[in-house]
Amino acid sequence: MQPSLLIIVLLALVAMAYHLGRHRSIATVGGIRSVPRLHSLPCYYGAYTAIWCGIPAFLVLGLWLAFEPNIITILVVADLPEELRQLAPERLNLVVNDIKNLAGGNIVTGVASPGVQAAADHFISLENTSAAALSLVVLALGILGMGAAWSRISPGLRARNAVERTVKVLLIVSSTIAVFTTLGIVLSVLFEAIRFFKIIPITDFLFGLDWSPQMSIRADQVGSSGAFGAVPLFAGTLLISLIAMLVAVPIGLMSAIYLSEYANRHFRALAKPLLEILAGIPTVVYGFFAALTVAPFFRGIGESMGLTVSSESALAAGVVMGIMIIPFVSSLSDDVINAVPQSMRDGSYALGATKSETVRRVIIPAALPGIVGGVLLAVSRAIGETMIVVMAAGLSAKLTANPLEAVTTVTVQIVTLLVGDQEFDSPKTLAAFALGLMLFIVTLILNIVALHVVRKYREQYE
Amino acid sequence: MSIAEHKPRTLDILERTLKKRYAAERRFRYYGLAAVVSGLAFVSLLFISIVANGYTAFFQTAIKLDIAFNAGQIDPEGKRAPAVLARADYDALIREALQGLYPEVKGRSAKRELKKVISSGAGFQLRERVLGNPGLIGGKQAVWVAADDEIDVLIKGGATDIETYPGEGIASPTGVEGEIKVLLTTNSFNAVLNEVKESLLRKAAKAEKGLGLAEETLARVDAEIAVIDKRVEQETAAGNLGLVAEQNAARQNLLAEREGLAGKIATKATEVADLRRRAETPGGDEALSGELPSYLVRINGGLVKAASVNNSGISGQVLLPLSSTKGAAKGSWEIVKFATPEGDRRTKDQLIAWVMRLQEQGRIEQQFNTNFFTSGDSREPEQAGIGGAVLGSLYTLLVTLALSFPIGVAAAVYLEEFAPKNKWVDLIEVNINNLAAVPSIVFGLLGLAVFINFFGIPRSAPLVGGLVLTLMTLPTIIIASRSALKSVPPSIREAALGVGASHLQAVTHHVLPLAMPGILTGAIIGMARALGETAPLLMIGMVAFIVDLPGSLLDPATALPVQIYLWVDSPERAFVEKTSAAIMVLLTFLIVMNAIAVYLRKKFERRW
Amino acid sequence: MIAVFETRSPIMDNSIAMNESDFPRNTGISSDALGERKISGTVGEIQVQDPRMTCRNVDVFYGNKHAIIDVSLDIGKNEVIAMIGPSGCGKSTFLRCLNRMNDTIEGCRVSGQIQLEDQDIYDPRLDVVPLRVQVGMVFQKPNPFPKSIYENVAYGPRIHGLAGNKTDLDEIVETSLRKAGLWEEVKDRLDQPGTGLSGGQQQRLCIARTIAVSPEVILMDEPCSALDPIATAKVEELIDELREHYTIAIVTHSMQQAARVSQRTAYFHLGNLVEVGETTQIFTNPRHRLTEDYITGRFG
Repeated sequence: MQPSLLIIVLLALVAMAYHLGRHRSIATVGGIRSVPRLHSLPCYYGAYTAIWCGIPAFLVLGLWLAFEPNIITILVVADLPEELRQLAPERLNLVVNDIKNLAGGNIVTGVASPGVQAAADHFISLENTSAAALSLVVLALGILGMGAAWSRISPGLRARNAVERTVKVLLIVSSTIAVFTTLGIVLSVLFEAIRFFKIIPITDFLFGLDWSPQMSIRADQVGSSGAFGAVPLFAGTLLISLIAMLVAVPIGLMSAIYLSEYANRHFRALAKPLLEILAGIPTVVYGFFAALTVAPFFRGIGESMGLTVSSESALAAGVVMGIMIIPFVSSLSDDVINAVPQSMRDGSYALGATKSETVRRVIIPAALPGIVGGVLLAVSRAIGETMIVVMAAGLSAKLTANPLEAVTTVTVQIVTLLVGDQEFDSPKTLAAFALGLMLFIVTLILNIVALHVVRKYREQYE
Repeated sequence: MSIAEHKPRTLDILERTLKKRYAAERRFRYYGLAAVVSGLAFVSLLFISIVANGYTAFFQTAIKLDIAFNAGQIDPEGKRAPAVLARADYDALIREALQGLYPEVKGRSAKRELKKVISSGAGFQLRERVLGNPGLIGGKQAVWVAADDEIDVLIKGGATDIETYPGEGIASPTGVEGEIKVLLTTNSFNAVLNEVKESLLRKAAKAEKGLGLAEETLARVDAEIAVIDKRVEQETAAGNLGLVAEQNAARQNLLAEREGLAGKIATKATEVADLRRRAETPGGDEALSGELPSYLVRINGGLVKAASVNNSGISGQVLLPLSSTKGAAKGSWEIVKFATPEGDRRTKDQLIAWVMRLQEQGRIEQQFNTNFFTSGDSREPEQAGIGGAVLGSLYTLLVTLALSFPIGVAAAVYLEEFAPKNKWVDLIEVNINNLAAVPSIVFGLLGLAVFINFFGIPRSAPLVGGLVLTLMTLPTIIIASRSALKSVPPSIREAALGVGASHLQAVTHHVLPLAMPGILTGAIIGMARALGETAPLLMIGMVAFIVDLPGSLLDPATALPVQIYLWVDSPERAFVEKTSAAIMVLLTFLIVMNAIAVYLRKKFERRW
Repeated sequence: MIAVFETRSPIMDNSIAMNESDFPRNTGISSDALGERKISGTVGEIQVQDPRMTCRNVDVFYGNKHAIIDVSLDIGKNEVIAMIGPSGCGKSTFLRCLNRMNDTIEGCRVSGQIQLEDQDIYDPRLDVVPLRVQVGMVFQKPNPFPKSIYENVAYGPRIHGLAGNKTDLDEIVETSLRKAGLWEEVKDRLDQPGTGLSGGQQQRLCIARTIAVSPEVILMDEPCSALDPIATAKVEELIDELREHYTIAIVTHSMQQAARVSQRTAYFHLGNLVEVGETTQIFTNPRHRLTEDYITGRFG
């Protein structure tokens, strides 16, 4: 049975279980009039039966589908002829892919050897067996669970409590998914990064000045060691983020100040949502804007001034990224500026200070921790931003502070290394995970610090 | 210091400084206003540039061809078997129709060139038509087929500006085909000639500038060589042979560079001299080359491209045959100029001429581009559409919504209503807040490592995309749901508990419905973010060139923002407008979603 | 006036019975002095010999809410005038009119005439900066800036450029802190944040901050309501000392405080200035029924 079909059948079974449980509970007390004699409402008995029917079955189904491909692959590999099994891991991977393609009826590379053909047949038969077994097991579990629950229904059964306990467990499980996500990120990225650091020493990666991962595609190539010094990437990321901040912080902060301290209600009501549109625009659109409008524009200006501006200049990417971050900075600043108590402003005005003096000498110093926190969050966004730089910044890892030249960033390299064909054992692919690890660590630290600063700041005025 | 003497001083000082302070105040205010205005300017610039680039993509140039559905060609056996009909050579029908329009085009390469007017997918269009209505076979019908993307760009004015000037005096052609001359009684071409000379001068000036730069570089290289020579001398004297060798190697490199430069300078210098000579020679035959605008003469129903021009007329190639060699009077002939030099555009003059003929015959029309919304990706811009990408986005979002909404709400309910205050729950909270700020690309790495490599779900599948986006939007939904739950006053909860409901009942029957508008708003905003997200989808391979529309959650698919990313990289000009149009569609979706969220919030907003 | 009272509050029911003699015209003012203007129905002497500020027929609206109704009052030189009344009676609003702090509140409209010396402070040509330098204000909750003690006091002189150099500034800070009676307590920790002081010290710091720009009038909006009794006593003592140099208008909830620190007292009720007079007279022999009810604690 197809998994999708199986799911539908199972859902039907669950619905049936609900009805059976409900009816049974009414029947045990002898009709709808005697429902008050039940411990819980009939629907709880229905839900009780449905839970017993559905949850174990779905659990098994999920686990089975999750692990089936790996287990089947392992079984197939174990049954391969000796000479194939002795192959190097990456070659073996190719063979396994061939087998899978063959089994799936796709085109394979070259002519299939009899061993591979046999393995493919084996693969298909295993898959069929697995599918059949899965249907059997899952449906049996569902029916068994339903039967067990059904037979336990009696007026004294505390169905509501049981159902509520289950629901609570589900709620708890849901809320831990966030933790598992973080854990998943850390483990997956860390695991691959460690494999990378076994090939390339971590010090070479962190302090090396030369980045040219494309060299190491094939082992027999000249210069196959490649160069994995990430400093140019870090420098490029910082350069672009810096430009972005130089655009976003003044504009964002000043517009927040203007909108919260100077603008009248109507202007504020109009301008604020318009500015926030910038926050809702997908980054790929900014990338398009940077590559097609802003970069040529800067190039044109540069040419008219006799400067050579790269068509993938850090300036264009940084400025557009800054535009993207404006609403982020401005709404965070707006929050913290509004959190400064009115009494501070009153105190300053009462001394005869003008508005700008009040803003510059009282409000901004008072809001500074919050603003700094907001800017840190913005920096973290700039560092992690991908599409704008992928589309508008370059690929060449050049160590330069000149914003008119093309630089590359960590995220650009992750994308270039991972998009397209991958070999999971080459340092080239693994390097992406090492970069991802760096990115994750840096943004995590920035976020934790920033959120902490902002929270402390809020508490101060609460 | 007593107050009496202090006070007048204070007001004094104030009077003196106040003007400056108010100036500073005004300045500050203007900075603020400038910041807001520049922010708004960015918004409008973004929208204007996208709409201006993209609105034309919703229309597609179509060409009317009189297709003879020749039975012998399509269905030689006459059985109308779909398999046979599907295999027929419909391109041949188009070729024949074109041949009928331009009988003068002969030779294989010219015919191949002519075929470039029509989209390479036009054959499929015909096939669909015939398969849908086999009764067409044997008849003749005027059919609108898609024009090639270059023609589309041309018609939309993207390839070149076409200007016409009325001719003066009488023009008499010397032939109707091939290489001919058009002789003039007046100096109608003086203006053209002057323009040509001016542009030659401009070119010369530009080349001279390049020459100057190259000479500067040469001088610099010479200076470097001199420095090295000196150093070699010193080091030789000092006996540092290693350093000498090093310096000599550097010297070799520089010498090679110098040689290259010198060659370049020589060619540039001749180029400049040639340009200047041509520009300064008065009258005479001036050859028009590919780096100058094209000049043509429209006369007697034909078109002649000027290859050279002089005071008495032009000589050149006939692009569209003339009806006769009769002299044309003033006003009945004209000069046509294609402003962009032929060398700088992909649509050549002959192609433009053919298209102009089609236009004169009313065979060209802008039609609404339904194809853009229904088809998948294609290498040919005129056949490419966002249908596949929209469908892929839809599948991905369905998965995301189906998972992240229930899980997010459940997590929020637990954290807000049931969670004890202990450090595990604190950990979960900190975690969620941090996760909301983790770069999206990291989620892509997670998806790649876990869903694809570990669980073995196929790459490019909307299912994986949905799972990754679920993890990404979960924090957003949880945070929004929590604040919605928090805004429900405890009195509601207590009222329900007071009449004997269990805690869970109180939450599901009373708190959750009241918080639902807020939760939905958060969910919609989360979905909008997921819809616009690109980077994690690149990681999990939803970035492939996929022509077919995805049929299920496991079919390879792409998503709308990824499609945009893919098209930005395409070199064809026509893809620029497609990209902009796709962005307009994406933004429309986002605006609608956000509008719904705002509407929900406004409509159900409740102040307790 | 009576009609207004009638419609406004059930408490006012008694006042319907009041006859004309309960509302004596302000005999001190000749109708010539005020021209054609209507004279408000305040009991007692609204005028003083040597006024620093004069308010005539002041009305304040918050949007549609009529918060101050036709109030006329003089504030004399070097006197402490207390404004008392139940919550929401408009006494704080009135106080904020005196240095145009109401400008910062959106939708607030002030009509009538308020003069500082001979200057109409609501004259559109008038600059509010010098006005606020001359009429300083201390707020209900101590609101030191999140800066050092020194910077808090130096803030005013700095923005106005009152001190030519560091020595001058030091001197102003020290004088102000001394006048506010805070110098001895903080002289060793001037660089510590002002927010780290105790509530009473913070309030005196705010007073020092106000004095630092040497105003003529200091407005105090319930300056002790957030302080404990000991701190309150210190601030009251300070107010008494400051009277020598400054005119002080103080809004207070505490009748005892009004009695202790002020020479004149004004009683506000629902936006009306009901009665004004010598503090001793108000507290011992109120002439208006509402004042009496309030003083004797029948409501408030």
